[in-house]
Amino acid sequence: MIGELFLSGIVVWLAGAAASLALWRRPARARRVACGTALAGSLLDLAASAAAISGRSPALIDLPFGNSIFSWSIRIDPLSAYFNLTLCVLAAAVSVYSFGYLKEMEGRRNLGAFGFFFNLLLLSLALVFTASNAFFFLVAWEVMALSSYFLISFEHEKEKTRNAGMLFLIMSHAGTGLLLIAFLVLASASGSLEFSSFHLLASSLTPLRQGFVFLLFLFGFGVKAGLVPLHIWLPDAHPVAPSNVSALMSGIVIKTGIYGMARVFFDFYGAPPMWMGTVVLGLGVASALLGVLYALMAHDLKRLLAWHSIENIGIILMGFGAALMFRSLGQANLAALALIAALYHTLNHAIFKGLLFLGAGSVVQATHTRNMEKMGGLIRRMPVTALCFLVGAVAISGLPPLNGFVSEWLTYQALLAGFGTTQSLTRLMFPIAGSLLALTAALAAACFVKAFAIPFLALPRSEEAAEAREASNPMLAGMAVLAVGCVALGFGATWFVRVFDPITQQALGVRASLALVTAHGWALSPGTAHGGTISTAGIALLFLIGGAAFALPLALRWKRRSVIGPVWDCGLPGLTADNEYTATAFSKPLRMIFSALYRPRREIQAEYEVSPHYPSAIRFESEIERTFEKRLYGPLRDRIMAAANRMKGIQAGSINIYLAYIFITLILLLLFGVRG
Amino acid sequence: MARLIENVAQLLLLLALAPLVTGVIRTLKARLQTRRGPGIFQPYRDLAKLFRKGMVIPETASWIFTAAPWVVFFSTLLAGLMIPMVAADAPLGLFGGVLAVIYLLGLGRFFLALSGLDTGGSFGGLGSSREMTISALAEPAMMLAIFTVAIGAGSTGLTEIAGSAIGQNWRFLAPAQMFAFAALALVLIAETGRIPVDNPDTHLELTMIHEAMILEYSGPYLALVEWAASIKQLVLMTLLINCFWPIGLQPTWFGFGALQGIGWLLAKLLLLSCAIVLLETVNAKLRLFRVPEMLAVAFTLGSLALVSTFLF
Repeated sequence: MIGELFLSGIVVWLAGAAASLALWRRPARARRVACGTALAGSLLDLAASAAAISGRSPALIDLPFGNSIFSWSIRIDPLSAYFNLTLCVLAAAVSVYSFGYLKEMEGRRNLGAFGFFFNLLLLSLALVFTASNAFFFLVAWEVMALSSYFLISFEHEKEKTRNAGMLFLIMSHAGTGLLLIAFLVLASASGSLEFSSFHLLASSLTPLRQGFVFLLFLFGFGVKAGLVPLHIWLPDAHPVAPSNVSALMSGIVIKTGIYGMARVFFDFYGAPPMWMGTVVLGLGVASALLGVLYALMAHDLKRLLAWHSIENIGIILMGFGAALMFRSLGQANLAALALIAALYHTLNHAIFKGLLFLGAGSVVQATHTRNMEKMGGLIRRMPVTALCFLVGAVAISGLPPLNGFVSEWLTYQALLAGFGTTQSLTRLMFPIAGSLLALTAALAAACFVKAFAIPFLALPRSEEAAEAREASNPMLAGMAVLAVGCVALGFGATWFVRVFDPITQQALGVRASLALVTAHGWALSPGTAHGGTISTAGIALLFLIGGAAFALPLALRWKRRSVIGPVWDCGLPGLTADNEYTATAFSKPLRMIFSALYRPRREIQAEYEVSPHYPSAIRFESEIERTFEKRLYGPLRDRIMAAANRMKGIQAGSINIYLAYIFITLILLLLFGVRG
Repeated sequence: MARLIENVAQLLLLLALAPLVTGVIRTLKARLQTRRGPGIFQPYRDLAKLFRKGMVIPETASWIFTAAPWVVFFSTLLAGLMIPMVAADAPLGLFGGVLAVIYLLGLGRFFLALSGLDTGGSFGGLGSSREMTISALAEPAMMLAIFTVAIGAGSTGLTEIAGSAIGQNWRFLAPAQMFAFAALALVLIAETGRIPVDNPDTHLELTMIHEAMILEYSGPYLALVEWAASIKQLVLMTLLINCFWPIGLQPTWFGFGALQGIGWLLAKLLLLSCAIVLLETVNAKLRLFRVPEMLAVAFTLGSLALVSTFLF
């Protein structure tokens, strides 16, 4: 039953891809067909994954296809079902949104091609999460990479877009190369490409090989996830894509890296050596902190959101790292807590980041700019978009009682509990990571004060912003679904944690939800002896009671006593948008405090007519250094180019010589084969 | 039922005591500077007057401006119900521990910062930017200090933290506790906007942070924001004294013990107020870009606290 539902979703996506390509001359119909099939396929697969994950016993579905050499096998185990669920919730909302969002592109762009790659991307994502054969997995992985490449480069007439797409393609393939080697090492040990034969296999390798495979997987999947320092493609690629694609990219495509790590760390590996967990935790902290610090400096709304994806991947990896460390220490219950924190945050991030990108898409479509400094006052022109964006901003800042708070709270609890698990100095890592998580969360809150206030509040800073129009109904519906998701996953945390039981049961042999839920389902606890409790539902309820009983009646009464007046403008003749605080000004203190990291450069040119006290025009330019590109990838690229130049010598251009190369290679391979 | 009475009692205590603490600090400070000062009950009179007045809503403001004071007020009160004041048993402890307290205060700050930018004036944005920066930098130090305490108690629940401290009246002399106390005290100064980080008495544009953010508020909403600020101050002060210095803290709220607990609470608050007054009087306000250095000191102290939990 689950298998049939899942497969029918795949078929619907496939049909949608073909149909929209066939309809490319009729943009309106192509749009409806593409979004309709994307929605239908998502709902079918949503039903399948929900059924697979809610079952009491772990649902394993094997769908054997193909021949004995390459089996196209699909297996929906709880972990696959969970990621599939994440995909389908987001994809359904994005599909609804796209009905409205793509309308503006009708006649101007090839919506048939868009629909083709859009459906293909969803299809390949679902297969990446469910493929249980290394070869099949890599095929799905490549289809995903290519369809995302075409979607990123959709507005290919801009050079920036082409460059960003190319960088994505190169990085993505470098990552795939690492994965290929890692899978081959595992396959040579097991003699099969099936994931089922890899179960706990990696831990039986020699320590050196075990570590090698681990690093290959970590960096191979890390490229896709946007792990620092492999993240450089992400802040370029996500903003240039159409916004509905950005939502999918940041919400779910980067999560394929997380899925891959979860599969490897908790399925292929048994109890790993301690250093693996510390590496993951350390990289997680670095990604979280650097992601948010760079986000603070971004004034392109979508680029800001893209940097926050790196931050949130970091938070997820902190949970993974802690879970790995607990596994090494034999603390299955704590490992389950940390794993739940990471997976919960994965879903939460998909939902609030999807929401924020969709909101940004509405704003960009209304104002025709991604630059926050040219927006402003949109809360009056676009009230529903503003409300949805605010919900997403509160959620991503980890503030109670929404969903981001719950997963960050679980992460804190896991890190805090880690201190007592070992006597070695490694235990200091846990509280230090926790305090840096606090810094990250607080900086994220600062960043989202900026990201909400500058575009939506105060006076419009440009004509476009002053005349912005509210997004169309399908777009609002898509955002509203995700906003409700943020609220539901926050308030209903105690109800939702049960979903993780089959996953932790499979990965760690522990069912944690009984220990996590206390006080008749009202409160969440870390499951340790007398750990603290939290009740987002209770907090929300008290807010509602306070609001209904006091705030509303009093606010109405006070309203009668209020007058509307001008803002204090220091006695200048009238306040204009030029007097407003800008995004650059808002982040100035942090730019100065962290100048060692940013190495900011600024240029001020003023023109004078009469005296230097009265400039007639001022040009101000400020930018921060792209540290990783300049200091890490720049030298690397130079080396590669130099090596390629040296290789030129053997490229004679004559076909005879190339045939000779092939012949020599063949002989060498034969000799190698005979010897082996 | 008993839980409900506890909650209501603590709620009333928070609402009633917070302006008094502000008044006492102001009067003591005035006396130390050889001024007479307005008297310790002045904050009550200010609030009463503001609640009776009309107000001016800026023409550029949206609904965020009117919602923010309520969010700030309610989230601060909720945080206040989660801390142990008179008894170790926090009335709303089930709904959240120390992490929830910090994040609820963060929720209030988030909305207040939005309201500062909502008006479109330059002052509001200036205040919001500085407030968010300083609080972000204070966060890791606060978390380290709190982790130290929480690790000692094995819980982030404040009931458990305060409960484990009861009967150990001299525990605060342990190195880890002293370092953590110093770190939290520095954070308290930054978070409540006191000298040397911010000056609560001035409206001079170059120096102000919190006051700049709320510049456009008037009438009842100003009263709500001011009241919330003094409740936040009370909450953080109480957290500091009851976690590190549990002397006189009762196990539960009921009976004669409650009166005794209130007495001890007042005495300890007075002592801490004196310390704050002394600190405010002998220090000058720091330049904004020197504040990170002070918070780095707090972070270092927090790290030292953590390390000393297993060194000593």
